[in-house]
Amino acid sequence: MTATLIWTLVVLVAIGLYLSWTAGRLDRLHARIDAARAALDAQLLRRASVAQELATSKVLDPAASIVLYEAAHAARQAEEEQREVAESELSQALRAVFADAGQLDVVRAAPGGDAAAHELNEAVRRVPMARRFHNDAVGAVRRLRQHRKVRWFRLAGHAPFPMAFEMDDEPPPALADRAA
Amino acid sequence: MRIGIVCPYSWDVPGGVQFHIRDLAEYFIRLGHEVSVLAPADDDTPLPPYVVSAGRAVPVPYNGSVARLNFGFLSAARVRRWLHDGAFDVVHIHEPTSPSLGLLTCWAASGPIVATFHTSNPRSRAMIAAYSILQAALEKISARIAVSEYARRTLVEHLGGDAVVIPNGVDVDFFADAEPRPEWQGGTIGFVGRIDEPRKGLPVLMRALPKIFAERPDARLLVAGRGDEKEAVENLPKELHARVEFLGMISDEDKARFLRSVDLYVAPNTGGESFGIILVEAMSAGAPVLASDLDAFAQVLDQGAAGDLFANEDADALAEAAVRLLGDPERRAGLRERGSAHVRRFDWSTVGADILSVYETVTAGAAAVAAEDDRGSPGLRARLGLARD
Repeated sequence: MTATLIWTLVVLVAIGLYLSWTAGRLDRLHARIDAARAALDAQLLRRASVAQELATSKVLDPAASIVLYEAAHAARQAEEEQREVAESELSQALRAVFADAGQLDVVRAAPGGDAAAHELNEAVRRVPMARRFHNDAVGAVRRLRQHRKVRWFRLAGHAPFPMAFEMDDEPPPALADRAA
Repeated sequence: MRIGIVCPYSWDVPGGVQFHIRDLAEYFIRLGHEVSVLAPADDDTPLPPYVVSAGRAVPVPYNGSVARLNFGFLSAARVRRWLHDGAFDVVHIHEPTSPSLGLLTCWAASGPIVATFHTSNPRSRAMIAAYSILQAALEKISARIAVSEYARRTLVEHLGGDAVVIPNGVDVDFFADAEPRPEWQGGTIGFVGRIDEPRKGLPVLMRALPKIFAERPDARLLVAGRGDEKEAVENLPKELHARVEFLGMISDEDKARFLRSVDLYVAPNTGGESFGIILVEAMSAGAPVLASDLDAFAQVLDQGAAGDLFANEDADALAEAAVRLLGDPERRAGLRERGSAHVRRFDWSTVGADILSVYETVTAGAAAVAAEDDRGSPGLRARLGLARD
């Protein structure tokens, strides 16, 4: 009788420890998503800022300036639900403006243009990176949260079910020449 | 930035991953970052100042061959101490799925972790069995890097998730500026790699040789790499033996001069390649490249634009392509030119900057790396209401 009781207790404690460990795992994963999301936000904001700076620098022709300014402004001001669309449109605007590699040379030739071109290059390369890391974390959480033990014991608590950030982040070809 | 790099393989054994880590660490040190590399090494091996020994690797049978791995209590303690002493902003683990230092570091660290997946091995049985353990450790990795699109695909298939592709780096100018050696020039075909490792493909090249030598009477084959030379030429007609020269193991400097000298570099590898650094080195040195059409090779050679491809393991196709190239100096000059332009993207200046971008992306807004004990095992004690702070 006592032996059965002890064994039951041991099993219960083991299950408890396992669930606690899984909850810890989830907790860490959610923290990872938060960090990845913050990094993605920072990169998106950086890209929009560089684009806006270029648009107002009078280096580009007026038409290109307006297109780029409009897209960059919309991306910075977008509401959360509109964000993916607005950022995708900024990618498209950047591709349209820098469709011709000559445009980049014009920017580079302007005073301070080299630094601006470098910043833009960094920004359009880091957005896809940050987005991939973010969605990788989201995928890991979703896989774990779909598991029975997590759903039955509500190990995720009140954390919202994470969503991937889907957007068109293809950089302009003139700026992406080094991607292998 | 304080960067910690984890090397899974013995520092004293030469290998692709080790060289990659050495070059990467030295690149970052030149830029003024603080770098510490944790690597398995015998305690009496002389190490560069930035390498910390994690103790001796133990040879154990793993995944069909004998691998030298670090595991167990002592190694785990050393990993922990290294993490604690280093106080790194970011830790970069190489080959995190091998049951060695990489996995131990994943286990022990918290904070921004970057991992590079070098190989694209098919999933091993051990990996399937240990999947959930592995997954719990790999979940801590904030950013994954694959060395090629091919490696990324296998990674996505086996482990889920995603990765960015950053190729391996090469010091392009080291190869481009090497001095050719006259005795290695003039109708020479070059091969670099282990002679007795069939996956490196020397047997395929040997089968193609009689045809190549018959068509090009002045052609010679130069082989650089260790292994049994007699066995390698066993099936070659006696009269052709004189036209195959074995150079044995050669130094890095000699390898650069070797690749500068040869008229054609042949990479007949039959499989197991996830990148093909030797092709990049050959192109950097301006050698026209002829390689088997493995996925990884096709990608490095820009789908055949920067070097010619032949059907894998097909000695006749190899012979035909080699004869055609040796008889067409214009085509070789074209390959040389396109190859040299193409390899710029593999230069450390580009690759290193990309890896640094990854570090900066994951460290933005994140706390530094710590050994988990430093913070107290966070979940359990807190959830049981025992946490003091």
